[in-house]
Amino acid sequence: MTEATHPMENILRMDRMPHIWCPGCGIGTAVTAFAMALEKAEIPLDNIAVVSGIGCTGRVAGYMKLDSFHTTHGRAIPFATGLKLANPELTVIVFSGDGDLIAIGGNHFIHAARRNVDINVFCLNNFNYAMTGGQSGPTTPEPAITTTSPYGAFEHPFSLPFLAEGSGAVYVSRWTALHIRRLTNSMTEALQKRGFSFVEIIAPCPTLYSRRNRLGDGLEELKYYHDQIVIDHEADTRELGIGFRDQIVVGNFVDRERPTFMDALNTRFTEVFGKKYEPYGKVAHENGN
Amino acid sequence: MKADPRGVKTGAHYLDGDHACAEGALAAGCRFFAGYPITPSTEVAERIASRFPLVGGVFIQMEDELASIAAVLGGSWGGKKSMTVTSGPGFSLMMENIGLGVMTETPCVVVNVQRGGPSTGLPTLPGQQDMMQARWGSHGDYEIIAIVPNSPQECFDLTIQAFNLSEKYRVPVLVMMDECVGHMTEKVVIPPAEEIEVFNRKLYDGPKDQYLPYEVDNTNGRVPLMAHAGDGYRFHVTGLTHDEKGYPVMNAEVQQECVSRLIDKINKNTDDIIQYEEEQITNADVVVVTYGISSRVSMRAIRLAREQGLNVGLFRLITAWPFPEKRIKQIAKKVKAFVMVELNLGQMVYELERCIAGKAKVKLAPHAGGWVHNPTDILKIIKEAAK
Ligand code: SF4
Repeated sequence: MTEATHPMENILRMDRMPHIWCPGCGIGTAVTAFAMALEKAEIPLDNIAVVSGIGCTGRVAGYMKLDSFHTTHGRAIPFATGLKLANPELTVIVFSGDGDLIAIGGNHFIHAARRNVDINVFCLNNFNYAMTGGQSGPTTPEPAITTTSPYGAFEHPFSLPFLAEGSGAVYVSRWTALHIRRLTNSMTEALQKRGFSFVEIIAPCPTLYSRRNRLGDGLEELKYYHDQIVIDHEADTRELGIGFRDQIVVGNFVDRERPTFMDALNTRFTEVFGKKYEPYGKVAHENGN
Repeated sequence: MKADPRGVKTGAHYLDGDHACAEGALAAGCRFFAGYPITPSTEVAERIASRFPLVGGVFIQMEDELASIAAVLGGSWGGKKSMTVTSGPGFSLMMENIGLGVMTETPCVVVNVQRGGPSTGLPTLPGQQDMMQARWGSHGDYEIIAIVPNSPQECFDLTIQAFNLSEKYRVPVLVMMDECVGHMTEKVVIPPAEEIEVFNRKLYDGPKDQYLPYEVDNTNGRVPLMAHAGDGYRFHVTGLTHDEKGYPVMNAEVQQECVSRLIDKINKNTDDIIQYEEEQITNADVVVVTYGISSRVSMRAIRLAREQGLNVGLFRLITAWPFPEKRIKQIAKKVKAFVMVELNLGQMVYELERCIAGKAKVKLAPHAGGWVHNPTDILKIIKEAAK
């Protein structure tokens, strides 16, 4: 009899299981979609690097059997920028949470998108800081209860697809932990797209966000997604704000072309230096990055 | 290894310290630079930006210093020798990720052209006030290497050494210049590439399934062999306390092992790391300990003292951290007093006092920064110390 094996053991660090995530947490589902997308995109696993910051989602890098970097809070994007520019052959994915990427790391997010650095940013949004016990963050809808908004959040939250598009991302989508197939497809498209690609993954945090707001368990949250989701690929990203228990518009919103940082650098220097300049990295890729 | 000739501008040049530092980085093989403009360090970044395109390097101006140092760490794991340059306020912002560099054993060079502080302080004027921050600025227990050039020539030479030490010991190396040294222009001789010794990180090339990123044996100075992203080893790197596999382990035993090795790999190799310059120590009654621009001002004071019949020696720190404790302790047995000359109100003097442990007098020639000492003020303190 052959021993049962996990279908993803070539891509997950099985020697690190069990993972730290709670039952019903959406991160595991997002990781499954990520692993499937890596296979679908047919990128050699040896050429992929994944970078995370800090937080529950920040632990993703540590479970991927890839070159994986668990960095500091907020700095996954600039770390990934250095990695990609130093070795343009790599496919680089930043996988981290909303607090990490959009609050403490928000400045890096907009600038990497503006420069169109050829990296993929997969941002899991569970509307709160989970690792530290469920505090409010830049995505917490008004008036959700968190430990630091005990009377209900009253700050206006970011709409991440709008921020990403406005900053210059060439690929922008939003899906939820319920939409495994569509999320996988979208991540695959992002991986194959050259330039700064952004995928937002709305996911349940039953232990903290749902519990404090008396929203039930992980399954309840998926039911809410099921009932309130509107799929609209043509949606205007200005209209994608998420209110408390309100409808969530998902879709593949943006897919456009713009020279990447490396393309622009090579074009400029070739114009200036002519034949003396040896283009850095690979200028054009046949399929994907 | 010899330097890659593409980066080496062989010849005699008239350069300021900032530009010489940039040339040192190029000669050392630096091919990734991420930085953010800040006076008085910006000229280093400017020269790199203009020189990199034709030597195969990538320069990126980041959105802030937090991003610069993070990108530098990423660049290093991507396989390029990487550097950033800053001054006081930016140095403060870099502290957290300098710690990540220490913890993950990432070779890189951070140059700090020091100005007067605290806070915005004196952007265009000199200070040597980040010397303790260089040693202790990031949280937790660790050891680091910091070197202090005192001329444009040394800005070139020691930047190469900074890269070599960083590659060898897999630790961020800090080049602690000051505004005077950064902006003073002197002759800088850049030798031919084949005369420049460069050290490249030792890479693992064994079987893929047997790579343990943080395994050490005793053959490599307790420094583990590195792999780059994309080499096919599919390794994990974390700022959390980790075991040989690089996997996080949250307990006191692994913490003890992890942190003490980071400290040992520096402390047990001090003979290889530490450099200093001595002059007339043998018969000295008083030894002036100093570094950077202050060492050049001190030379004038020492000459004046000698003219007045005093036996004064010079001990110039080239390596500030790790501190040359062993040598200072030897000297302390023989001399009456030490005078520390530094452009701050007392920083390295505390380390000096700790090493001397009461065996000789210690006096400080303080200066709040913004200018250099007046040699006659130093002379006065030397004379008091000689009494
Ligand atoms: S605290 Fe929330 S986000 Fe973190 S693992 Fe648990 S459910 Fe997931």
